[in-house]
Amino acid sequence: MTFLNYLINGISLGSVYAIIALGYTMVYGIAKMLNFAHGDVIMVGAYISFIITSKMGLPAIVSVLAAVVVCTLLGIFIERLAYKPLRNATSLAVLITAIGVSYFLQNSALLIWGSDPKSFNSIVDFDSIKLFDGQLVITAEAIVTVCACIIIMIALTIFTGHTKMGKAMRAVSEDKGAAQLMGINVNSTISMTFAIGSALAAIAGVLLCSAYPTLLPTTGSMPGIKAFTAAVFGGIGSIPGAMIGGILLGVIEVFASAYISDKLSNAIVFGVLIIVLLVKPTGLLGRKINEKV
Amino acid sequence: MKKWKALSPQTRSDFITYGIVIAAFIVLRLLSAFGMLSNSLTGLLVPLCAYIIMAVSLNLTVGVLGELSLGHAGFMSVGAFSGVIACAGMESFIPNPIIRLLIAVVIGGVLAGITGFLIGIPVLRLRGDYLAIVTLAFGEIIKNIINCLYIGIDGAGLHISLVSSAELGLNSGRVVINGPVGAVGVQKISTFTFSFVLVMITLIVVLNIMRSRTGRAIMAVRDNRIAAESVGISITKYKMIAFITSAVLAGAAGVLFAMNYTSLSSSKFDFNQSILILVFVVLGGLGNIRGSIIATVILYLLPEILRPIQDYRMLIYSIVLIIVMLTTNSEKAKLYIGKIKARLTKKNAKGGEQGE
Repeated sequence: MTFLNYLINGISLGSVYAIIALGYTMVYGIAKMLNFAHGDVIMVGAYISFIITSKMGLPAIVSVLAAVVVCTLLGIFIERLAYKPLRNATSLAVLITAIGVSYFLQNSALLIWGSDPKSFNSIVDFDSIKLFDGQLVITAEAIVTVCACIIIMIALTIFTGHTKMGKAMRAVSEDKGAAQLMGINVNSTISMTFAIGSALAAIAGVLLCSAYPTLLPTTGSMPGIKAFTAAVFGGIGSIPGAMIGGILLGVIEVFASAYISDKLSNAIVFGVLIIVLLVKPTGLLGRKINEKV
Repeated sequence: MKKWKALSPQTRSDFITYGIVIAAFIVLRLLSAFGMLSNSLTGLLVPLCAYIIMAVSLNLTVGVLGELSLGHAGFMSVGAFSGVIACAGMESFIPNPIIRLLIAVVIGGVLAGITGFLIGIPVLRLRGDYLAIVTLAFGEIIKNIINCLYIGIDGAGLHISLVSSAELGLNSGRVVINGPVGAVGVQKISTFTFSFVLVMITLIVVLNIMRSRTGRAIMAVRDNRIAAESVGISITKYKMIAFITSAVLAGAAGVLFAMNYTSLSSSKFDFNQSILILVFVVLGGLGNIRGSIIATVILYLLPEILRPIQDYRMLIYSIVLIIVMLTTNSEKAKLYIGKIKARLTKKNAKGGEQGE
């Protein structure tokens, strides 16, 4: 029974990673850049939600919507201001700029909200489900997180497969030049990708802080790195890959800390990543890139 | 003067780099002799030298070899903690701190080099962003393991435990590395002069590799892997040479860094530390050693200069970073700067492009 409890915890944590990883992987697929500021967008989303529920006393759903709106705008704003001028620059230059943006967001948060940890009130207000005389506890947060993750996954699959914008996104990630020749507005497609990625980050931030309620300006960075790892694990650029990678990573992390060592769980997670990449150098679902001479 | 002109431009450039570093050292020594250096600045000199070595060695991996490494702080960490242990072990029979530091630097460098070799075997098979994420992963693993490490020392030798300091079973001696607290009771034996010598050694090693046959082979691998392979350059061998050299130097820098503080936690060498050094390298210019040094000095001292406006300094730092990246890399900014340059001098008509 404890095994099942750990499994549920792992899937719940993994779902949060998966939602963050989706943002990473979509941006990578389309802009070919590692957006290190993504983790800090999560933190901004969580703070917005915190302000609205705890300070203003408005209902949770309003706070989630507000967080999504603010983060979407923030994502578009960051893309326009910092990444768009570097469209044709080397990937390292874009990476360092992303790191600059990440520092900027963290330090702005530090100035605005202070360095003292805030205790986040969970946005879910129904009780945990207890099965088998209370031996198996499924927390309300876990249910909401997993449901949110499944809904997002289905919505994204429909969006990328069947809508005009989604098809445009796939086209741009395949071949930017050819997409432009076909009349696709590459710039607005990239902006749209950042908007979706940031909106997902906001949701992830709220869910993450509902389960782990300490909120700091650096809250987003470690989940950000983990989610990035998850995206690579599943094959970066692939949407189902991010999903599988995220959930596997969460499950491995919870099992490692439960059965092997609490303190070494991060080392084990990264160790598994390395082994996977050695066996499959482009991740679980990544496409093999053939090199042309 | 004639001799100077006869040297190749590269050699001349290298000697200018050495000259700048030596001149800076002499000036700082004179300033401190006349008591014109503030205490806080004096305290920054050794870490600054350690960061310079880190930046120069990372430039060998990122700039010269062309592989993005996000775990350079991991090697620094290996060097730092093995150096601390080595120093603690030698305290009883080597009284001279400089000799002890020297041996510790060698041990730290060698251990970091071995780590680099072990990591290099799997890592160098991967490419691009996948390689970057694996170096990141190794950096985190190293941090995590040292975080759980308890090492004590007494008459019987080293005691190692992964559980707690009580498990060490020490009778008399002392705990050297205390899990999450990190290294404790370190003797501060790093000196500025020693750091300067180490910086010079690093420069000589890296610049000589770059100007040698090995260096040209490494750069050939960077510029076109397939072409390099087809003319008979062993890719793995040269990648390994660059990677291990870089790791050894980072390990040495780690020892230098650790021996400047009385206590040191392994969380100091995290992902952010690796990124900090990467920022020095990229802003200084990939493959440009002198640039790395200058960027390190400016960027390391910038937050210190901004100390009066404490709360805003990291914010300003991040804004400066973004603006510098945008002005040096955006096409519009490049065009604009190019126009200004062309107006100022006719010479620059060739353009400052050096390729990727």
